[in-house]
Amino acid sequence: MTSVSIRDLTLKFGSLEVLKSLNLDIDEGEFLVLLGPSGCGKSTLLNCIAGLLDISDGQIFIGGNNVTWSEPSERGIGMVFQSYALYPQMSVEGNLAFGLKNARMPKDEIEKRIARAAEVLQIEPLLKRKPAQLSGGQRQRVAIGRALVRDVDVFLFDEPLSNLDAKLRAELRVEIKRLHHRLKNTMIYVTHDQIEALTLADRIAIMRNGIIQQLDTPHEIYNRPVNLYVAGFMGSPGMNFIEGELSHHSEAALNFSSTKVPLGRYPFASDDRPGKAIFGIRPEHVSCGAAASDEPFSIDVEIEVVEPMGADTLVWAVLDGREFRFRVDGQSELRAGQTTRIGFDPAKASIFDAQTELRL
Amino acid sequence: MADVITRDTAAAAMTAGRMEGPRGAKPKRSISPRNVFIYGTLLLVSIYYLLPLYVMIVTSLKGMPEIRLGNIFAPPVEITFEPWVKAWATACTGLNCDGLSRGFWNSVQITVPSVILSIAIASVNGYALANWRFKGADVFFTILIFGAFIPYQVMLYPIVILLRELGIYGTLWGLILVHTIFGMPILTLLFRNYFTTVPEELFKAARVDGAGFWGIYFKIMLPMSLPIFVVAMIIQITGIWNDFLFGVVYTKPDVYPMTVQLNNIVNSVQGVKEYNVNMAATIITGLVPLFIYFVSGKLFVRGIAAGAVKG
Repeated sequence: MTSVSIRDLTLKFGSLEVLKSLNLDIDEGEFLVLLGPSGCGKSTLLNCIAGLLDISDGQIFIGGNNVTWSEPSERGIGMVFQSYALYPQMSVEGNLAFGLKNARMPKDEIEKRIARAAEVLQIEPLLKRKPAQLSGGQRQRVAIGRALVRDVDVFLFDEPLSNLDAKLRAELRVEIKRLHHRLKNTMIYVTHDQIEALTLADRIAIMRNGIIQQLDTPHEIYNRPVNLYVAGFMGSPGMNFIEGELSHHSEAALNFSSTKVPLGRYPFASDDRPGKAIFGIRPEHVSCGAAASDEPFSIDVEIEVVEPMGADTLVWAVLDGREFRFRVDGQSELRAGQTTRIGFDPAKASIFDAQTELRL
Repeated sequence: MADVITRDTAAAAMTAGRMEGPRGAKPKRSISPRNVFIYGTLLLVSIYYLLPLYVMIVTSLKGMPEIRLGNIFAPPVEITFEPWVKAWATACTGLNCDGLSRGFWNSVQITVPSVILSIAIASVNGYALANWRFKGADVFFTILIFGAFIPYQVMLYPIVILLRELGIYGTLWGLILVHTIFGMPILTLLFRNYFTTVPEELFKAARVDGAGFWGIYFKIMLPMSLPIFVVAMIIQITGIWNDFLFGVVYTKPDVYPMTVQLNNIVNSVQGVKEYNVNMAATIITGLVPLFIYFVSGKLFVRGIAAGAVKG
């Protein structure tokens, strides 16, 4: 069943179109991540769903109701902000109770709900404290609690972990995932961090300039990006791109400089193929050394820079005059200046039309 | 390896007592050219400002014969509080001879409602302008700020006519209305700038929590903005208490504020000039703003700084 449904949503600030006729359906209990660089409209979209921004055109449905003109508090949503946005003069308890008091809920019901939320989030000992006396992680938990007590259908997260340090971010990420498993609410989560997106999401919507580029599972987005932008955005370090000429004589192949990459194993989407194409392969799909010769395609490259990162090592090399990165085991003995053999399976690659930048 | 060796030799040098010279906190000289200059300047400026106050206090405690001797810096030989009592209770201003007491109560009756009204309205204005971007907000704000730059004198007469037509010319309420309106531009600016520094997400969170315009104002914004309210109060209390121009133009002798009465006492031409009474009357008139500054000085600085950061 659909929980949140957005129809032809358009938002303009003056003549600037921030969101362009956007459609999105989110299933009941789904964890959807809106991912994109800053300024792509992901937070704006979330604010529109929350009712904090008035839209220019289109409709928004939450839980089957048309909430296009409803106040934020009437939409059945709870929101968690990047800066926590806790009311500084109220205790934790006061923060949790504020929304319920505004809804004129009876006192004993308020207490019951606060107790339950505090138990779920393990903030019982903090209830009497002021937000200033809490650590970043505790504040974020209280902020989640504020959405929790209101017993809403949909949780909206606006970059909730961006203000935390790396270690705490990893911890709370798991906690949010656990919370989702336990509550089974619909959650919409905005972030620019692809690790958060890949780890949390049931589906990811990658946005750019107010348009959703691809809406799919993390696995599909990572392995089968629909266009050059998504391919370049996902993955760190990013995908290697090589521009070349497609040939279709006996077997399809990509030609650049003096190299020919056979594409017989690549699952082309259609037979309609242009001449110029961009070939993309992820650094982690490249094998090196003895394993390279077992791959359908292998070639010698010269190593420029080696970046050991502990668990693995990133190697910057030159492949037929082009920069090429690949990832090897952290115990690798590769050194700058050496020449080594690398190989990969073109079936794992992505090929895009050089003109339209769409996947072929 | 090389690093380890140098560290070892350094340790050896230290134990050998070869590492002499400065160590620990650098000693500070108490008399340096810099200190002499700073404290000298401060002292000079303090004397410059405090001397007139000293003369006023001393003179107000002297009798008239002693004043006629002309030693204005000399402390009183015989301390008398007669001038203070006279200034408060029996000095003559025109027809009335009940001193400043009448003016004091008039000023209180003018200041209290004007301060409360102007701050109440301006804070809501500032809040609406900062957080609820309503249609025409920018135009409204520009007009309001423009108002802050028009000299009062230009508007004196038109307001006389306005008050007359409203039927409140010459009354306390007329003056209160004028003070409230004239406080609007600067106070609204002050509050708007303060409220824009309150994180927008807090405002959004409150909206998601179902609080409306007044709910957010009273429960979220108001408790967070005590310093700026103190600043507004100081600006308004001192401004309205010290006001002379509006007081003399828009009220009648019965309801003259203290400043106008003070002027009438000091400038009355009949008989001898009683300097001691004049001094006492001036100090009494200035006591209220002085008191406000002393009580709230710290909050004042904090509030000004808070409002000034973003704008």
